[in-house]
Amino acid sequence: MECGRHSDIELLPLTELTSVEGSAGDFTVTLEQKPRYVDPALCIACGACAEKCPKSVKNAFDEGFADRKAAYILYEQAVPLKYALDPDHCIYLQKGKCRACEKICPTQAIRFDDQPKIIKAHVGAILAAPGFKPFNPTVCEPYGYGVIPDVVTGMEYERLLSSSGPCHGHLTRPSDKTEPRSVAWLQCVGSRTTTGAGSPACSSVCCMYALKQAVMTGAHTKGAPDLSIFFMDLRTHGKGFEEYGESAKAKGVKLIRCRPHSFLPGPEGKGVDIRWADETGQEQRRTFDLAVLSVGLAPPRDASDLAAKLGLTLDERGFAKTSGFDPTAASKPGVFVSGCFHSPMDIPTSVVMASAAASAAAKTLAQSRGTLIPAKVTPPVTDVSGETPRVGVFVCSCGTNIAGVVDVAGVVEYARTLPYVAHVENNLFSCSQDTQGRIIQAIRDQSLNRVVIAACTPRTHEPLFRETLMAAGLNKYLVEMANIRNQNSWVHADEPEAATTKAKDLTRMAVARVVRLKPLVEKTLSVNNAALVLGAGVAGMTAALDLADQGFPVTLVERADCLGGNARSLRTTSRGERIADFLSDLALKVRSHDRVTVLTEANLTHVEGFVGHFTSTVRQGRTSLKIEHGAAILATGAVQTRPKEYCYGRHPAIMTHLEMDRALTEGLDPHTIHEAVFIQCVGSREPARPWCSRVCCTHAVKLALHFKEKNPNCRVAVLYRDMRTYGERELLYHKARKLGVLFVRYELGAKPRVSIKNGGVRVIVRDHVLDRDLEFRPDVLGLAAAIAPPDTDKVSRMFKVSTDAHGWYQEAHVKLRPVDFATDGVFLAGMAHGPKALDEALAQAQAAAARAAQILCQTEMTLSGITAQVAEAKCVGCKMCVTICPFKAIAMNDKNLAEVNEAMCKGCGLCTGSCRSSAIALRGFTDQDLMAQIGAMFSDQESRP
Amino acid sequence: MARKAKVEAKAPVGAVLVVGGGIAGIQSSLDLANAGFKVWLVEKGPGIGGVMARLDKTFPTNDCAM
Repeated sequence: MECGRHSDIELLPLTELTSVEGSAGDFTVTLEQKPRYVDPALCIACGACAEKCPKSVKNAFDEGFADRKAAYILYEQAVPLKYALDPDHCIYLQKGKCRACEKICPTQAIRFDDQPKIIKAHVGAILAAPGFKPFNPTVCEPYGYGVIPDVVTGMEYERLLSSSGPCHGHLTRPSDKTEPRSVAWLQCVGSRTTTGAGSPACSSVCCMYALKQAVMTGAHTKGAPDLSIFFMDLRTHGKGFEEYGESAKAKGVKLIRCRPHSFLPGPEGKGVDIRWADETGQEQRRTFDLAVLSVGLAPPRDASDLAAKLGLTLDERGFAKTSGFDPTAASKPGVFVSGCFHSPMDIPTSVVMASAAASAAAKTLAQSRGTLIPAKVTPPVTDVSGETPRVGVFVCSCGTNIAGVVDVAGVVEYARTLPYVAHVENNLFSCSQDTQGRIIQAIRDQSLNRVVIAACTPRTHEPLFRETLMAAGLNKYLVEMANIRNQNSWVHADEPEAATTKAKDLTRMAVARVVRLKPLVEKTLSVNNAALVLGAGVAGMTAALDLADQGFPVTLVERADCLGGNARSLRTTSRGERIADFLSDLALKVRSHDRVTVLTEANLTHVEGFVGHFTSTVRQGRTSLKIEHGAAILATGAVQTRPKEYCYGRHPAIMTHLEMDRALTEGLDPHTIHEAVFIQCVGSREPARPWCSRVCCTHAVKLALHFKEKNPNCRVAVLYRDMRTYGERELLYHKARKLGVLFVRYELGAKPRVSIKNGGVRVIVRDHVLDRDLEFRPDVLGLAAAIAPPDTDKVSRMFKVSTDAHGWYQEAHVKLRPVDFATDGVFLAGMAHGPKALDEALAQAQAAAARAAQILCQTEMTLSGITAQVAEAKCVGCKMCVTICPFKAIAMNDKNLAEVNEAMCKGCGLCTGSCRSSAIALRGFTDQDLMAQIGAMFSDQESRP
Repeated sequence: MARKAKVEAKAPVGAVLVVGGGIAGIQSSLDLANAGFKVWLVEKGPGIGGVMARLDKTFPTNDCAM
């Protein structure tokens, strides 16, 4: 991961915060780093220590289903990839005898005398993201967890499914290690419960993880296993989640709406006998091979401890106390929270919150930006173009990882015979610090101008060797790696002779390619540090304000004549905070900020340029303005659709949620309402609009509560399909039920019927429990009208960003880049991405500001040297490359020929492959380079046995 | 009064402590470091990655969590 190599991130594993002094802007923190007993500077992660270590322990990473040694790494791709000794289990550290790892370690990295280190650091802000603890279901006796071997938790099941887990991707059940033919999931274990140790709130993520696990189980196992999910309400309220749920059903995942009352051991102690009462009240029982408890997310183990050190207040459930209007700010100034310490949340929300917390912290420290990071210096580069290639080949032994299988000396001798090779040497570890010094020396002494590293994978090590070349004054693109470890010695351990031949082949191919490589130039571009924010709803205003507070000039463009967007119609948040006050305060801050220019009744008409250099044209009345900016945030919101059913528009008592909020603000007296009915999913979760509108369940419950609280005699009913009061919103649902609000579920095939009779509204719905029709004559009927995307077409074309099939803005990566577009320099926030609540839109806006700030804070950007290049003479103007480029980096020029914008090109090579006239070449990966490499594979038949 | 003004005028420290090396802590660290701040990222365990590193695949894309 990028984090481990970032020069400005001091990564301290095995470290805990011990104390904090000072206040916002100037904290002194004391950190204690526990001993690793392995010197990370020397450890090369060869794994010899773990292989030799005689002590096996249950691996907590694999939920105890597999063993690891006392000398261990967390997982194969761990960052930092350094072993550690577990002092609780190491035989020497416990009993004073063994030291086997010390003897075997090829780099003498074992340090039995390692001591805890105390580190003091000065920081301006603190971000707390300690994660969560899965709920422990041992206390839920009816489910037999810990007693029946084939009852596991969702987290344990993840490891059973994982290809790097204890079953190596071939799912087996714990009791007899056979592949389960039937798996049952039980939802809401430890969530949505008011009895026992669980939480009354919903954990938000379990419905989706159970669906995913069911789908993955179907894919991992043979045939068509029986996959059943026992649930209360299916909460697939996130973007794309409803469609995922539908596709799971189509793949055969059964959804059973009920809560089984008993889990009993299956025959011979294998499997689980589950008993439940179905919706008609019939007793059902079935034996499943395996049962998974979808456990909820509890606060982290040491939450109270951490809160005490940081001086934070926690809520009743043990999560950090925050406000809906400033979601990442903890109760103490200068301290911010994100991830599940805030509340249970899924991965994309965690990533959004994390970026939002970064923005909130950066705002408070803006004036000290760049003061504590060293300026980057690049050494001068020698021009080697035109020189005859002089290749240096460095063959790595990787301890015994390569040398234990491959005859490394033979490869070295062979490499000397290859054309243009001027220097060959063998290194014990080519990646070690001292070897980098030797490589630099060899480049200088032997006047090498190309380098081949025959070692491991470029994915992890190419950046290191590129840096080494730069330090030696060579262009960094003149290095090629031959992977003789991962793709050779590891996979052919049983065939050393053939592996040696393959190592020679790979080395020869690398040399054939490297001699053809040309130095590539990395261009730099200056960056305009202003931002454009489109849309002045809560998201747009928040993003604009965050960027302005971070020191960047912002132009905020709004189509309407006032600021606020949809939030102007809303009364309160799910926590009961008054939105109008917040909104007027926010608008005032935006209008009075000297770095924000607000343009209302303004429309974007044209955009030119790319990341760092956009020129947008905005029309305001009769005048056209040109705005130069380096980044843009699109926060164009969403619209409430106009219902086409339930007699909407034919009676004043029938209102959408926004209309009802407005009516209440404008004087509708709840005391005059004796019967209120709400119909959910009006236009959502139907073929025309398959998504869930996310906010309506909570909104309906809030309105229902309002009527009930003001007038306890009021009869209130909510007609729903699934109640999706996710997270702590569940507490509102709970309260509404307690106060007597009636919740009646209907199916898509049997919608409520609304008619107007004698000037009054009549609603009839089939109650599935009573199996009879219920009739209401409400004074108000609230319709949860679907939320639909705005017209994103024009704007998305102007900025060359993508929208999904329904017209919502499409983020670059659903999980890891939730506020970025694939197009650099353009970010998204708020409901234009998908329906969401106010606090969520706000966090997303802060996150977008954090991401945009990373571009705006640079004075110039360095572009990669590996970019596509069009030979105009060969281009036939077919536009195939324009269509295929995922980064929208190619456009037709005025000669109607393809032209690549190097600032936007990522060097993926898709255009090169798709060009029918071979007019596009990828610098560093030209057809000729690759053909030379492939040609070399067959050129030397002698080395083959 | 004058003294208070002086204290307020003191520039904040351009560094941030991030507690927790899960996906949230990693994301915050990268965002801050890329925006010109020095980051101290502390993690209790021997390596970063948190819970996400232990997940098999992630919905809705069924991408590998690594």
